[in-house]
Amino acid sequence: MLRSYLPLLIFLVLSTGVGAFFVMANTLLGPRFKRRPTTVHEDAYESGLPSDVQQGFRFGISFYLIAMLFLLFDIEVVFLYPIAVELKQFGTFALVETAVFIVLLFVALIYVWRRGALEWK
Amino acid sequence: MTSVLAGPLSAINYAEPWYVQIIKALLIFAIGFSLVPLVLLYERKLLGRFQGRPGPNRVGIYGSMQPLADIGKLLFKEQFKPRGAIGWLFIAAPLISMVAALATFPLIPFSGAPQEILGTKVGLYGLDSDIGLLIFFAFSAIGSYGILLGGWSSTSKYSFLGAMRGAAQLISYEAAQGLALLGVVMTTGSLSLSEIVDKQDHMGLWFLVPQIVGAFIFFVATLAEINRTPFDLLEADSELVGGFMTEYGGGRFALYYVAEYVHLVVAGAMFSTLFLGGWNIPFWNGAPGFLDPFVVLAKTLVIVSIIIWIRATLPRLRYDQLMSFGWKILLPLATLNALVTAIVLVAL
Repeated sequence: MLRSYLPLLIFLVLSTGVGAFFVMANTLLGPRFKRRPTTVHEDAYESGLPSDVQQGFRFGISFYLIAMLFLLFDIEVVFLYPIAVELKQFGTFALVETAVFIVLLFVALIYVWRRGALEWK
Repeated sequence: MTSVLAGPLSAINYAEPWYVQIIKALLIFAIGFSLVPLVLLYERKLLGRFQGRPGPNRVGIYGSMQPLADIGKLLFKEQFKPRGAIGWLFIAAPLISMVAALATFPLIPFSGAPQEILGTKVGLYGLDSDIGLLIFFAFSAIGSYGILLGGWSSTSKYSFLGAMRGAAQLISYEAAQGLALLGVVMTTGSLSLSEIVDKQDHMGLWFLVPQIVGAFIFFVATLAEINRTPFDLLEADSELVGGFMTEYGGGRFALYYVAEYVHLVVAGAMFSTLFLGGWNIPFWNGAPGFLDPFVVLAKTLVIVSIIIWIRATLPRLRYDQLMSFGWKILLPLATLNALVTAIVLVAL
């Protein structure tokens, strides 16, 4: 069974190879300068102003909130997929389980909604 | 379908000899990679027509050499890295994006049962796994790392804003995208893409009809996942210059473009596989097997055209609208769709 994954492996290797060429191509093919480029030349694009952003800039707090919500609901997806595959075999039992699970998460969603976590600030 | 072997592929656990797999993978890679300039040209031509202008028409016949000219130009640019950029992350980010995008391409099933080519049975797909759908989700999720790291490591205001938006947008719509397919998975009882098409073949009904809500949610969420208009807030040219790829130029910029257009093709192909019956031709059951790949490509072309049409028509959403649409409409709707489908399936 595992050997049928060979094409995927080949895809990964080939695309990494082609990608590596594209990443390095400009060093090989592009114009070269004898003198070191000036500081202005190496600045990030900032419409002419000095850049505000330094290394290790932090993400805003609302993004953390979204990330937490995502974890919650992606785990819902992860739990539901195995049930979905075998739903017909398990019949009513799986259906009730799924329904309870979904209702619980729905309550969570409504709670989060009412608390205003979904309002973008 | 003329079939050498009947029945779903992953059920019979069929795998070709290793050399056939290598040749097949190389061929599909070549096709997938050469679809990129074609789709790029197609989009620019179509957008031109939508806006009442001819589109690219100077390089080659009917502008056909334009993508090659673009690539050539990009590759001969100066290598540039902003001063503050975090070296290896800045270099690795476009690579991650592109590898993750291309890795989803072999999952597209182009034909049902293996075809007899030169005496060997060859399945016309890169990889038919019983967890095909999960592999697709996994690699689309990895692709967002490329965007996130690229924007974060270039230490530019615009890139950083693009990356932040990207992170939130991609994870918001990923949950809805996964939930939207639950109906399809429940009906099929499998995660294998070829079995999903096979099921539609047997039912004589595309999943678009019974799963119309799921199809709609999946389509919208996919638009957001591959960051097309109206959800292209990651690179929103008019406000963020180029979004997460502002600082990129040359070959690295080209990699992001390759990723974007591979995503576009894969999105079209996935939608036609999951909801439009893949290689199935309606009202024609005995269609010869060699037609299958062309049917899949034709359906993909239709979806890609619709996505381009949407780009030419709709304006970009505002960011808070985007987030609330994802969380307050798509997610509950997708969950309800899954629940209703489960009830209907078990009750019947």
